[in-house]
Amino acid sequence: MFSEKATRGEKLSSVKLTSVQYGILLMMLALVAGLWRLQVLGADNFKVLAEQNRIRKVPLLAPRGKLFDRERHLIVDNYPSVSCFLIREQNHNVDGDLPMIAHGLHLDLNDLENTLRHYRASPGYQPIPIKQEVTPDELAFIEAHRNELPELETIDVERRLYPRDGFAAHLIGYVGEVSEEMLENDMRYAAYEPGDVVGKAGVEQTYDQLLRGQDGSRDVIVDSHGREVGYLRTQHSVPGQDLRLTIDNDLQRAAELALGDRNGAIVAMDPRNGEILAMVSRPSFDPNAFAVRIERSEWNKLITDPDHPLLNKAIQAQLAPGSTFKILMSVAGLQEGIAQDLKVNCAGGWGPYGFYHHCDEKHGAVDIHNAIPYSCDTYYYQLGDKLGIDRIAKYATEFGYGQKTGVDLPGEQAGLMPSAQWLMRTYHHRWYPDETLDVSIGQGAVEATPIQLARIISGIASGGHLVRPHSVFPDQLPADFRKALVDTYPGSGEAYVPIDPQNWEIITDGMAEVTMPGYFHTAGSAHLEGIDLAGKTGTAQVMSHEALGKTNKGRSTYPNVWFVGVTPRRNPELVVAVLWQNGEFSYYPARIGAKVVAAYVEKKRRLANNLQPTKAPATTAPVEVGAVWTAPDANAKNAADREAARIHAGHFFINPESGTPESGSSAQRREAIGPAAVRPSQVGGLLPARRIGTP
Amino acid sequence: MSTRSLMGFRDFDWTLLGVVLLLCAVSVVEIYSATLHTKFLGFHTRQMLWIAGGLVVMFILSRIDYHRLLDWVPWAYGVFLVAVTAVLVPGIGHKALGGRRWIKLGPMLFQPSEWMKLILILMVARYFANLGARRLTWPDIFKAMALVGVPMLLVLKEPDLGTALTYSPVLIAGLFLGGINLRQSLILGTVGLALIGGVWTSGKLLKPYQKARLTSFINPENDPKGSGYQVLQSKIAVGSGGIWGKGTAKGTQTQGYFLPIPYTDFIFAAFSEEHGFVGALFVLLLYFFVLMRLIQNAQTAADLPGSLIIMGVVAVLTFQIAVNVGMVIGFMPVTGIPLPLMSYGGSSVLFTFLALGVAMNVRMRRFVN
Repeated sequence: MFSEKATRGEKLSSVKLTSVQYGILLMMLALVAGLWRLQVLGADNFKVLAEQNRIRKVPLLAPRGKLFDRERHLIVDNYPSVSCFLIREQNHNVDGDLPMIAHGLHLDLNDLENTLRHYRASPGYQPIPIKQEVTPDELAFIEAHRNELPELETIDVERRLYPRDGFAAHLIGYVGEVSEEMLENDMRYAAYEPGDVVGKAGVEQTYDQLLRGQDGSRDVIVDSHGREVGYLRTQHSVPGQDLRLTIDNDLQRAAELALGDRNGAIVAMDPRNGEILAMVSRPSFDPNAFAVRIERSEWNKLITDPDHPLLNKAIQAQLAPGSTFKILMSVAGLQEGIAQDLKVNCAGGWGPYGFYHHCDEKHGAVDIHNAIPYSCDTYYYQLGDKLGIDRIAKYATEFGYGQKTGVDLPGEQAGLMPSAQWLMRTYHHRWYPDETLDVSIGQGAVEATPIQLARIISGIASGGHLVRPHSVFPDQLPADFRKALVDTYPGSGEAYVPIDPQNWEIITDGMAEVTMPGYFHTAGSAHLEGIDLAGKTGTAQVMSHEALGKTNKGRSTYPNVWFVGVTPRRNPELVVAVLWQNGEFSYYPARIGAKVVAAYVEKKRRLANNLQPTKAPATTAPVEVGAVWTAPDANAKNAADREAARIHAGHFFINPESGTPESGSSAQRREAIGPAAVRPSQVGGLLPARRIGTP
Repeated sequence: MSTRSLMGFRDFDWTLLGVVLLLCAVSVVEIYSATLHTKFLGFHTRQMLWIAGGLVVMFILSRIDYHRLLDWVPWAYGVFLVAVTAVLVPGIGHKALGGRRWIKLGPMLFQPSEWMKLILILMVARYFANLGARRLTWPDIFKAMALVGVPMLLVLKEPDLGTALTYSPVLIAGLFLGGINLRQSLILGTVGLALIGGVWTSGKLLKPYQKARLTSFINPENDPKGSGYQVLQSKIAVGSGGIWGKGTAKGTQTQGYFLPIPYTDFIFAAFSEEHGFVGALFVLLLYFFVLMRLIQNAQTAADLPGSLIIMGVVAVLTFQIAVNVGMVIGFMPVTGIPLPLMSYGGSSVLFTFLALGVAMNVRMRRFVN
């Protein structure tokens, strides 16, 4: 046994054992010191870290404010949807999971990798939005892979639901994810975070601050796998403010239908207060495509379209106003005391400076009373020559040409009102009097937007009271927001430029004549029976006649045409401005405008239980028809004889409304009287000839 | 025989056993708390069974005279050296958790490297007792080093760094108590450091993950997703416990699975989180008491081998406590060394009780001549 040979009596030295004891004591003290450092000195810090570990802030997104029309009909609503985010805080390398995520969420792997790369520099706690509009099966995929893919997080969001057919799309605008550029360069977006949805156009952009509401958050307790274990604190979101727009759904619909798919714009406004009742721009787009991240191909299509669908032409198309400028010319001429006594013999043009400036017609004797309905260029060449560019520019600027109106929509253009000073400053040469003649008929360098024309013409028809157009009732806005709005969208706004009452009457009466049937009247075909529609047409060539002959490069070279109309003629309650790009003839937009006016008046009367049918303008005009026809001999004894008794040939005018031949003021120009057998359906589709019996 | 056995149990260290059982109770409660919401719920009852088993083997072992154990131990050393080598052979060794550490004996998994610890304690005690109290010569030192070094390298090869490292305190304690002088220990220390440096840079003996684990504790924030994660989460758990702790089953780090394996290697972190600085201090005091009591027993042992045996046990326990608690509070690398008497696990519990049993054995025979 070992004990036998063991060294009995020998012992370990107690010094060594004591030193071992001190060693152990030292070690224990070191451990206690370590515990003290963590648990007493560092406790606060580590408590925060522990909380961060287990508590995840889940945003509760505020539903965006809804949009209603002036009669509180819903226009823009929200619908619930689910977005998927990727969270990087996890102790988990995400890269290996990407193919699985891409497959499960139906994403392109390259796109997903690019998205992640894009966010690489951003702070780690920030979730990366990887998929919007998660479908039920994708949601099931995420739920089923909570353990394998703890980095995926879903958030309930409310998405925008816009009218499907692009109804009022330009006025309403659209929302989208806030871009890096906006975050970095725009002070207004300082408080926003990547992934936030913001208004990017129209009312959505202007009133974003009110519409977006206040996002809430919820502290969710999670375990290390990211599974939700419970909730701590919930800060509820504050929904965005609902806004009541000034637009009238019925009128908007009428304007949309009236413009059809013509390239142009319509603005309908209440001249008394600037409330925009309808605003259409064509071509249009579907704002729902922007609600989720827009497809690249879709976006490319929108921005490369030569007709610029994203442009709100009602406030952004700057084009020569053409003859609509003559209203302003009339104001300037009368106020300066020149136009009253100006009598002109129109022989088809005028050219005192070496270039002959054409008029459309040989109007003969023209004074201020018929210059407006005739739209006689010769008259306005001479008036403009007498006024001079400086006086024209002074009046034009006073009434708002060349200045923004201050409409509460982003991206408004100011147009342009040339002057001698402007020419010197911009092109460094003196104003040549001949150039004044072009300006006098709204060409040359003059440019205006539809909303500008609506404000100016209705201001003149209101005796000089100009308004600031707006699309949202201001009484819903907080005071400071309303103040900031004026700063954000500056413009000439409310103004009063007095017009002498007798001058005012002359001009408005002249405008009313424009839509009265009459020879030389430019928009007689837009006449509305029983409605006092006063207005002015405009035609603006897009090219000079020489250039027009040489090239058109596939683009239409028809002139841009305008109509601005008010009803009633003095102190109007509605103004309509219509622009049809390359529309060729100015009475086309006049009829479009008349349809909007008719819709407005009819609705008003219907609401007042005072139904008086208004006649649609397009069908009141006489139609020129060329035909060969027979008239049965009523006196013949048998049917065979009755056939082909007389053969007639020629062309004649017929009133498509009743199907009966024309019997109006121009009836004397008929060459033959058509039979009653010609039905409207046979001729209703034909475009009416413009002038009867052109010499 | 009967009177002798009665006398023996009168001399049994009941105080030590009481403190040990107190630690076991703390362990069971904390295992329960840490597994409350996991699939491991019920481990605390298993731990109680292990403790009961440990008590039984402790009493059995304390019945056998430790001199007899010292007689047998060379045979056991030989057998287990073969077993540790056999583990490395793919057909025999059973692979799990990334290491080939087990041998399958019927339904039981048997880990020879754990048993090797106890055998080495006895083996080293026997070796230095045979040398007596005389000065150590260099051949004496090299033999002792070979005695511990061979199984250590074999276990390191499994790979099981944690267990291999626990062999070293046995050697160090043996050399220190066996009579190494200052000059020798300085030379050995220098050579040892150079060897460690060589092993580290050669990159052959240590696997990359082992290296990473050994360094990441210094700066866990640099690598919060990799091996530093465990250290970081452990420090957060301990630190956030504060002075009084969050309460049993209320530790967010423990209950939310942020703390890795809170019922075994990181049980001290879980306990510190839920019971704070006060609780942690209490447990450390218990350990301190156990160690001091054992050293006292070594002092009163009847002969040199008895003292050396107990001091071997003290060395292993001290090493494990220092490394485990040090790891939990971020002083030491993550090596996978369990905390004796606290961590869940049959091998660990059995070894500790067997080691304590040997120590009891020595104490019970302190008056025997």
